[in-house]
Amino acid sequence: MNRPFGMLAELTYDCPLHCPYCSNPLNLADYREELTTAEWQRVLSEARALGVLQLHLSGGEPLQRRDLEGIVASARDLGLYTNLITSALALTPRRAEQLKTAGLDHVQISIQADEPALSDRIAGTPSYGRKLAAARLVKELEWPLTLNVVLHRHNIDRIGRILDLAEELGADRIELANTQYYGWAWRNRAALLPSRAQLDGAEAVVRAARQRLEGEMEIIYVIPDYYSKYPKPCMGGWGQRQLTVTPNGNVLPCPAAHTLDLPQATVREHSLEWIWEESSLFQRFRGTEWMPDPCRSCDRREVDFGGCRCQAFQLTGDAARTDPVCHLSPDHRLVDEAVRAANEGAEPGEAELIPRTHKENSNYYSPTGGSESERSVP
Amino acid sequence: MSIAVLSTNRPRLARQVRLQWDPVRERQVLLEPEGVLVLNQTGATILGLCDGERTVVEIVEELRGQYNHVAGDEVRDFLSRLVAKRLVELGDE
Repeated sequence: MNRPFGMLAELTYDCPLHCPYCSNPLNLADYREELTTAEWQRVLSEARALGVLQLHLSGGEPLQRRDLEGIVASARDLGLYTNLITSALALTPRRAEQLKTAGLDHVQISIQADEPALSDRIAGTPSYGRKLAAARLVKELEWPLTLNVVLHRHNIDRIGRILDLAEELGADRIELANTQYYGWAWRNRAALLPSRAQLDGAEAVVRAARQRLEGEMEIIYVIPDYYSKYPKPCMGGWGQRQLTVTPNGNVLPCPAAHTLDLPQATVREHSLEWIWEESSLFQRFRGTEWMPDPCRSCDRREVDFGGCRCQAFQLTGDAARTDPVCHLSPDHRLVDEAVRAANEGAEPGEAELIPRTHKENSNYYSPTGGSESERSVP
Repeated sequence: MSIAVLSTNRPRLARQVRLQWDPVRERQVLLEPEGVLVLNQTGATILGLCDGERTVVEIVEELRGQYNHVAGDEVRDFLSRLVAKRLVELGDE
């Protein structure tokens, strides 16, 4: 059996932003009983023993956890490479220094656009100025800086100016990833999915920027899989390389897998090793045995692993079907219809977006009982 | 595009990467933002010698003390690939 390389630790779903494409679950209230510092430390130790080398600290907003510095320090002691994936609103100079001391290796900051009005509108809160200040702070402290930009109908036409901003900030990497349609993004799909003309424009800009910035900035560009011929090799295969731990300790083969009707596995009842190796959740779609046709007899079955189980479920109601993104899928018309609508629909920016709400999460549970004085919710 | 590695370069690991022993896989690994490179023994030995002090020629000589049939071209190719990925910096000539 393969050993996992990476673990996504979703420390909390609390977040100061309201992005309409948030991949967090809609039922945020179910995740309020967050793991304690000690529980996370046990999970990290078990993850390292299982083979994990990359730790992605995310959420929600991981800086909302007052014990983040302690979690980072434990991870570094274990030999994990620590990546912080943050909105950066709460990345004050003081916290940045503390994280540096704790040994944090790499910071990824989300930006929503290249200018304040649109960025703040998408984020649902004034945040652009503080994000830029935090990005500069990251460079001052000599961390590698990645900018994460989720692309969609409202900002993809600005990709050239977004790249200029990344260059100006001295980013080492930029991830320009089109929205994936899970969670809140699924709700907003019609308003987010770009047109083919928008994608063609973006790809030309990315090609030119890659040439111009070779050796200086790494540009990762991910097209919306709705427009690709074959599905994405989701997570490098179910239970093959990656795992996710949610704020309340559920373990998932991918961050969207909470949507599937499968038995839960939690670190509060089992070791990470047992969950990875033995749980029915991780075994359900591992390998190729579960596959129906056309995947079962396809030459690409070990290339894209049948695509994304969560997308198959979301579009067809059956997680064991071929990902409808694949042009060979018998359900491909479901994707074709969405793409057709995106190319006949309202002009970019006209369709209305439903922001992610926080009502469900208003009684924030603080597992360490720490001060929340630095939480910077405007 | 291939990046030329000169005999006189003094390669070193880029600041954002870590070379370490993984007791689980029993291999040396190179860790970088969002990535892991599991190294074979020769690769690990070469990177262990990339201290910004030794020149490429000196690294090849040290390898010849440890292994048979060390080809300088292969060492330079290996370093060139890692420089392109920004995992290794070439340092002064």
